[in-house]
Amino acid sequence: MTVDEASPEGQRERERLERAWDTQPGIVGWLSNIHHKAVGKRYIATAFVFFALAGVEALLMRIQLARPGSHLLNPDLYNQIFTMHGTTMMFLFAVPVMEGVAIYVVPLMIGTRNVAFPRLNALSYYMYLFGGVFLYVMFFLSMGPDAGWFAYVPLAGPEYAPGKRVDVWAQMITFTELSALLGAVELVVSIMKMRAPGMSLNRIPLFVWAILVDSLMIIFAMPAIMAASSYLILDRLIATHFFNPAEGGDALLWQHLFWFFGHPEVYIIFVPALGMVSTIVSTFSRRPIFGYTAMVLALVSTGFIGFGLWVHHMFATGLPQLGLSFFSAASMLIAIPTGVQIFCWIATLWLGRPRLELPLLFVMGFVVIFLIGGLTGVMLASAPLDQQVHDTFFVVAHLHYVLIGGALFPLLGALVYWFPKMSGRMLAETPGKWAFWLLFAGFNLTFFPMHQLGLRGMPRRVYTYPAESGWGNLNLLATAGGVVLGVGLLVLLADVAWSVRRGAVAAASPWGGDTLEWATTSPPPEYNFVYPPTVGGLNALWVATDQQPVVAGLRSDRREVLITRTVDAQPDHRAVLPQDSIWPFLTAVAISFTFVGSIFRAWFVPVGAVPVLIGLVGWFWPRGEPLPREEAAPRRQLALEDQP
Amino acid sequence: MAFRPCLGLLLFAAGGTILLGSCRRETRRLQENPLAGARAEGIRVGQLQPGPKVSVPDTGTPYEANAYAISEGQRLYNWFNCVGCHAHGGGAIGPPLMDDVWIYGSEPANIFASIVEGRPNGMPAFRGKIADYQVWQIVAYVRSLAGLEPTSATPARDDHLQPKRKKSP
Amino acid sequence: MSFGLHSAVDPSGPQAARIAQLWWLMFWVSAGVFVAVTAFLFVALFRSAVSRQRTAGRAEAQRRTGAVVGGASIVTALIIVGLLLVDVSTTRALATAPAAAPLRIEVVGHQWWWEVHYPDETPSQAVTTANEIHIPVGRPVALELTSRDVIHSFWVPSLQGKRDLIPGHVNTAWLQADVPGLFHGQCAEFCGAQHAHMAFLIVAEPERSFSAWLADQRRPATAPASADETQGQAVFLSLPCALCHTVRGTSAWGQNGPDLTHLASRRQLAAGTLPNTHGDLAECLMDPHRVKPGVKMPPTPVESGLQALLAYLESLR
Repeated sequence: MTVDEASPEGQRERERLERAWDTQPGIVGWLSNIHHKAVGKRYIATAFVFFALAGVEALLMRIQLARPGSHLLNPDLYNQIFTMHGTTMMFLFAVPVMEGVAIYVVPLMIGTRNVAFPRLNALSYYMYLFGGVFLYVMFFLSMGPDAGWFAYVPLAGPEYAPGKRVDVWAQMITFTELSALLGAVELVVSIMKMRAPGMSLNRIPLFVWAILVDSLMIIFAMPAIMAASSYLILDRLIATHFFNPAEGGDALLWQHLFWFFGHPEVYIIFVPALGMVSTIVSTFSRRPIFGYTAMVLALVSTGFIGFGLWVHHMFATGLPQLGLSFFSAASMLIAIPTGVQIFCWIATLWLGRPRLELPLLFVMGFVVIFLIGGLTGVMLASAPLDQQVHDTFFVVAHLHYVLIGGALFPLLGALVYWFPKMSGRMLAETPGKWAFWLLFAGFNLTFFPMHQLGLRGMPRRVYTYPAESGWGNLNLLATAGGVVLGVGLLVLLADVAWSVRRGAVAAASPWGGDTLEWATTSPPPEYNFVYPPTVGGLNALWVATDQQPVVAGLRSDRREVLITRTVDAQPDHRAVLPQDSIWPFLTAVAISFTFVGSIFRAWFVPVGAVPVLIGLVGWFWPRGEPLPREEAAPRRQLALEDQP
Repeated sequence: MAFRPCLGLLLFAAGGTILLGSCRRETRRLQENPLAGARAEGIRVGQLQPGPKVSVPDTGTPYEANAYAISEGQRLYNWFNCVGCHAHGGGAIGPPLMDDVWIYGSEPANIFASIVEGRPNGMPAFRGKIADYQVWQIVAYVRSLAGLEPTSATPARDDHLQPKRKKSP
Repeated sequence: MSFGLHSAVDPSGPQAARIAQLWWLMFWVSAGVFVAVTAFLFVALFRSAVSRQRTAGRAEAQRRTGAVVGGASIVTALIIVGLLLVDVSTTRALATAPAAAPLRIEVVGHQWWWEVHYPDETPSQAVTTANEIHIPVGRPVALELTSRDVIHSFWVPSLQGKRDLIPGHVNTAWLQADVPGLFHGQCAEFCGAQHAHMAFLIVAEPERSFSAWLADQRRPATAPASADETQGQAVFLSLPCALCHTVRGTSAWGQNGPDLTHLASRRQLAAGTLPNTHGDLAECLMDPHRVKPGVKMPPTPVESGLQALLAYLESLR
């Protein structure tokens, strides 16, 4: 039997699906929306608002440092601003935006209708939003943290960081790390159990592999920072001695705990970008990525090795020689899998027929910039050299080369790539290219001189410097570059704003991509696919024949998805996903109330548990009638129907 | 359209937190004017007055309920060896400061007077030896020892004992 | 203000020289890798259509590309291993104590100044100073570093990599200057509001002038000579100064702030923030919070006695 979306039966199916997957109007409907595409877009939009705020902070810092002896910002405000810049970029922009893109794209790319736990997904977004808003409200009340985004003790401890500033920071961590953990669990389960039939492990797109590795890294890394920030809150609130040397604690304990999370954190930001680059290179070379197995192994080994590097942030703390050498070795070795990936991408371009359109242009920018960042990373991996340039502007240059080059450029390329899918319109190409060149030039002008500044002795986190140092001219150059960078971002923003309304209408697959998200309309309906696709090989849409089966037989009067087996993705059973629900929002409010209150009084923890409990009860309260016995049986014959 | 709920949320959060009155706690005075200094005049040790009741001017200072001031006061309390007689509030040869017994009054102005004027039986007079604003910071800290300052402005502990020295390899 | 040399790639001592060698090696290797990879990238991207036609779909082209990728990966691994070997040998060289008998110096970090001790077997011969460290040229110096409050970091780019000063720990570091001169050092771990103004100066001088300096520092403070200086000393002792500062030979024994016994012998004030001149000294006294907002030192409540006080402080050579 064949099914046809255009036939009357197909139309009726579509209407039933639309009713089953519809969202309610109004503010309650908006807050109850648990569709992955909505959550993904909200993540991305919110992340870019924080990006803009952090960008303003960066510009303020650059204006302050443009000339020696500047009095624009007093030291207290400057310390708050650089702390907020780092904290916002790392916790409120970089990780959430990657999660947001993943939440939007992954279910489409694996051919399913939603993520595995849609309400959990909504909760993770609200926790992120509330955590970020909390931090910024506190910042505007002069309660913003001022001990650096890394908050070393004892400077961030109860004696040297008076008031609630650092408590605000530590609790914001709790918000955002909870959000990231929830998102990661979501994605792992979805990727493992909800892939289209036929998408066995060796046919998973590289972007999905990257997100899988990334989510597993999040699950292993975040607990360390949650522990660390909890110990810090305990030290500050109820006089524990985790970090008090006088009572058997150790200031270095904080550094180990923080960097055990902090180093994987940068790979958590970077690994999804690797997946994005693979997607774009493949599509725009019009051929599969060269060396798929090597690429997957490179991603996995990056994930593993990334956990063994953290002490390279502590080379100046007086470690034994063996420790220095071990962590130097690990820090250098991680360059090898990344190198393999770069060579495979170049091989793909070599063997393919590349079209230098805007997403590929961003990827080219990524390769050039990230290459420099990676090379300075190998320099920093060497302990003696690091002991010279640690905590100087050399490191500032390195980290921006790897984060902006290695994460932002691929992200922008990916957003341009998936812009037609998300909005239904094409991004205007020419302003986009202008934006790219402004970004590329502005970025290099800003950050390349900083290598020199670091080698010539300029430390980080200083609100001013003397004129006799001779650092003035390079700083002025960096500030000028920062302005160009800002202009580039504004041009891109203007392009997006214009194209969302007035851009050319996009087809289902404007780039000719090979992954499943291009098999549905732009933008996709709430239920993603009328008949979920199946996969016959790697590069699904390129190997798909006219006879490629689709999944029919899922009920369309309720939210049903197909669960497949982990390794070979054969159909296993159906699952029913929940209706829209306001309870994730309410639970997030209750949890936020507990978290925010507990920085003032420890009593908020037991007291706040009550509304959280109420929220969870509302969340899990059973709805509707229980399934009839024969329906509850896990295995039913599922029909994989042919398309006409 | 989609941003309106976000804005509403933001305003709600902002309104709620303003009520917490954080500005007083969190402001930091990093530059002290050398010539200005809150004077402590009209201090009375007791509440009784002869004749018609005249309201005493409020000698509250910007250092009350201020976390930075209390933290600085904690530092100065150690630096100027208040610890030597008062220990860390428990008292030794000097009276305890953590309790409810205030021989000369617990108002900030009273404690200021005790510090700058000295008191019988061993309290030195620190007038001219500690800057006025530093005395006010110590006053705020001493009051926090007795629980007279908001707990949100008071550190839970300090790292006051000299740490054991661990030699690196 | 004499700022001193401060470049990691312009070394003046054996440790920094060794690190600078490593830097240049890594720089040139990196430059080579960058040029090579970028060249391959550009060729891959802009290869002519004709050339692509020749290799399209041919299994042989796939295999050859695979061999090139494999080869490049192996070359990358070899370069990494090579750099690692150089790195480990440099680490070992820097950790090895030099043969000659070192000069021991203890440095204690404070918010936002450096306490410097030259210990001696005879306690009365020990020297305490602040923010300016003299060392003899050509002799290794063994530093013992700790902190009284938060984490700081001792860094003199021209001479050695940095080492943190951590409360509860004592870290050791070696350094040596091979030429006489002034070397700028700076705190390199964020330590609060005035981290930007926590610098110090290393003065490397020939052995003889170093010994003379050390002998000078051992003496107690110069007794006031003129009437102005005598009055200045009286003003000094009546002010809050003595509660924080030490001037050996007087009754000022405060341990909270820098030792002032030989204040006038130093080239800079306020941990490298200002040169040690008459006007800057006055500014430090009268309005330290304008120079370093948040600094622990209060403004000095002196009015008519300022000039006398300055005369006295300038006599503390």
